[in-house]
Amino acid sequence: MTVLRTGWTILRRVCATVTGATGLGIVVVVLIAALFAPWVSTADPDKLDVMNRFSAPSLAHWLGTDHLGRDLYSRLVHGATIALAVALSAIAVALSVGTLLGVAAAYLPPRLERLVLIVFDVIASFPSMVLALAIVAVFGPSTTIVIMIAGITLMPHFGRVARGQVLALKSAPFLEAERILGASFGRIVGYHILPNIIGPLVILASMDIPVVITIEAGLSFLGLGVRPPLASWGTLIQDGYQFLSESWVPVVVASSALAIATLGFTLFGEALRDAVDPRIRQEH
Amino acid sequence: MVAGRSARADETLRYLSSRLVTTVLIVIGAMLLLFTLSSIVPGDPATTLFGPQATPELSRRFITEMGLDQPVLVRLWRFFSNVAVGNLGVDVISGRPVTSLIREVIPYTLILTFTALGFAALVGIPLGIYAATHRGSALDNGLAFVSVAFIAVPSFVVAILLLLVFSIWLDWLPVLGASRTGALGDEIKRMILPTLALALGWIGFIARLIRTSMLEVMNEPYIRTSRAYGLSRCLVTYKYALKNACIPTITLLGLGIGRLLGNAVLVEIVFARPGLGRLIYNAISERNYPIVQGAALVVVVLFVVVNLIVDMSYSAIDPRIRHGAARAGARA
Repeated sequence: MTVLRTGWTILRRVCATVTGATGLGIVVVVLIAALFAPWVSTADPDKLDVMNRFSAPSLAHWLGTDHLGRDLYSRLVHGATIALAVALSAIAVALSVGTLLGVAAAYLPPRLERLVLIVFDVIASFPSMVLALAIVAVFGPSTTIVIMIAGITLMPHFGRVARGQVLALKSAPFLEAERILGASFGRIVGYHILPNIIGPLVILASMDIPVVITIEAGLSFLGLGVRPPLASWGTLIQDGYQFLSESWVPVVVASSALAIATLGFTLFGEALRDAVDPRIRQEH
Repeated sequence: MVAGRSARADETLRYLSSRLVTTVLIVIGAMLLLFTLSSIVPGDPATTLFGPQATPELSRRFITEMGLDQPVLVRLWRFFSNVAVGNLGVDVISGRPVTSLIREVIPYTLILTFTALGFAALVGIPLGIYAATHRGSALDNGLAFVSVAFIAVPSFVVAILLLLVFSIWLDWLPVLGASRTGALGDEIKRMILPTLALALGWIGFIARLIRTSMLEVMNEPYIRTSRAYGLSRCLVTYKYALKNACIPTITLLGLGIGRLLGNAVLVEIVFARPGLGRLIYNAISERNYPIVQGAALVVVVLFVVVNLIVDMSYSAIDPRIRHGAARAGARA
């Protein structure tokens, strides 16, 4: 009950600003498109109709067709599924590995802690696009690789925050009390530390969604991420870009979708952070 | 007094040396990572290179020449000692040294990146100051939204849309590539759109950061005191407040170089410009791993060195920062 009420309060705070409400609106639309793609789309996203290539937007094809006569609107909707699936998987990887390493670092002896921090620094100092290119050069392009790359590059974010949170919490009196009462290490971490540090990590996760969407789209645009004929927003932009001299519609449609989605998730993430940030909450 | 100063110098020295050690460790870590990747490249490089003509004898000779039949530790040692003397290996296809390939294209990437960064600072800082000093004005409110939009939209999307509008629809600027003739005017014209595509997000970032840190600094007691002493608002705002508000921005710029270099890769490809990004991209399609490895290493070293310089410069500007704590908060 209290969880629901807290959630409701946070949601109301997110909607209180124009930017937060806009962000939430866009996020909801993308979520609906992603979850219900087969029902929301109007045609098979992979059905070729070469006679009708680059047809203008019409009742049959709401946003027109691409260079192979495929329905752009339906491909866009299916692109949302891929973007979100990749983003959530990558963030799951980053969140779990990062939290594990971050919590471990906080409890490890100083030397090992320093080693973990250096690993974070090394990964963070790799410009993610260049790391991605180096990895794709070895393993070849695939959706799994995109997820791994995005997950690894974002991992240090979560690791650093998790470590910082644990360090701040470690010597809290209630944990001392638990320890004196004989609580095991596993119980302390599982029951007390994790629930207390998860909040900032979730906010970080929501702010990283657009980052992953951008990485995926960028790699797919280069032909080094999600493989055609899968309709990722990046491959849609790539397809459109190659035929830019014949029609500008596919590029504009796909780029706008990507831009609006990343903008929406960014606005939502920031509104969520502001709604939860205790420093700001005190002012209310 | 003298003792105090030498203690402070000691502290600075310790801080700088620990930053230097971290930097070296990061470069070594990056090299280990690239080496590990290179040693698990699937397939036989000789077959990739010679294609179906690869006779067993030819590929054996090639593998011996490249030292690929040596134990891992020997290859690791060779890789490190070669890098130490500036040898990044040879292009598998043309046989040219990777360093000379990189040297050819690196000016393009560096000029593009730093022009974009400079342009972003030139536009972003005044915008941020205006927003902070005119809180709640139309420009301030507009900037709050526009800067997020600039930050959120991927720069390759901006690049494609700029290309569409200014090169194809309006036909104002040349479409693709760097200047072939090498004429300065032509090259500048071809730089405009890529620079804009890269800089747009940073304008938003810088403007927002300057605004926030200016507002924070303006609330500090020493600003109020300076005003109370009768110093003009202008002097206090632009000299005292701005100086301190610049510190987080400088940090961000340092961290931003990494992302900027990554974005430059995509923008170079959209505009078909030569550069490190294009070099890596083409090498991937040829499965030419030494180039990928060498160029990636150069990008990492560039990034780390820029960050080291940034760190040192702001510990010189602001003696309060000596513990690296300021970096932890900034988002890479």
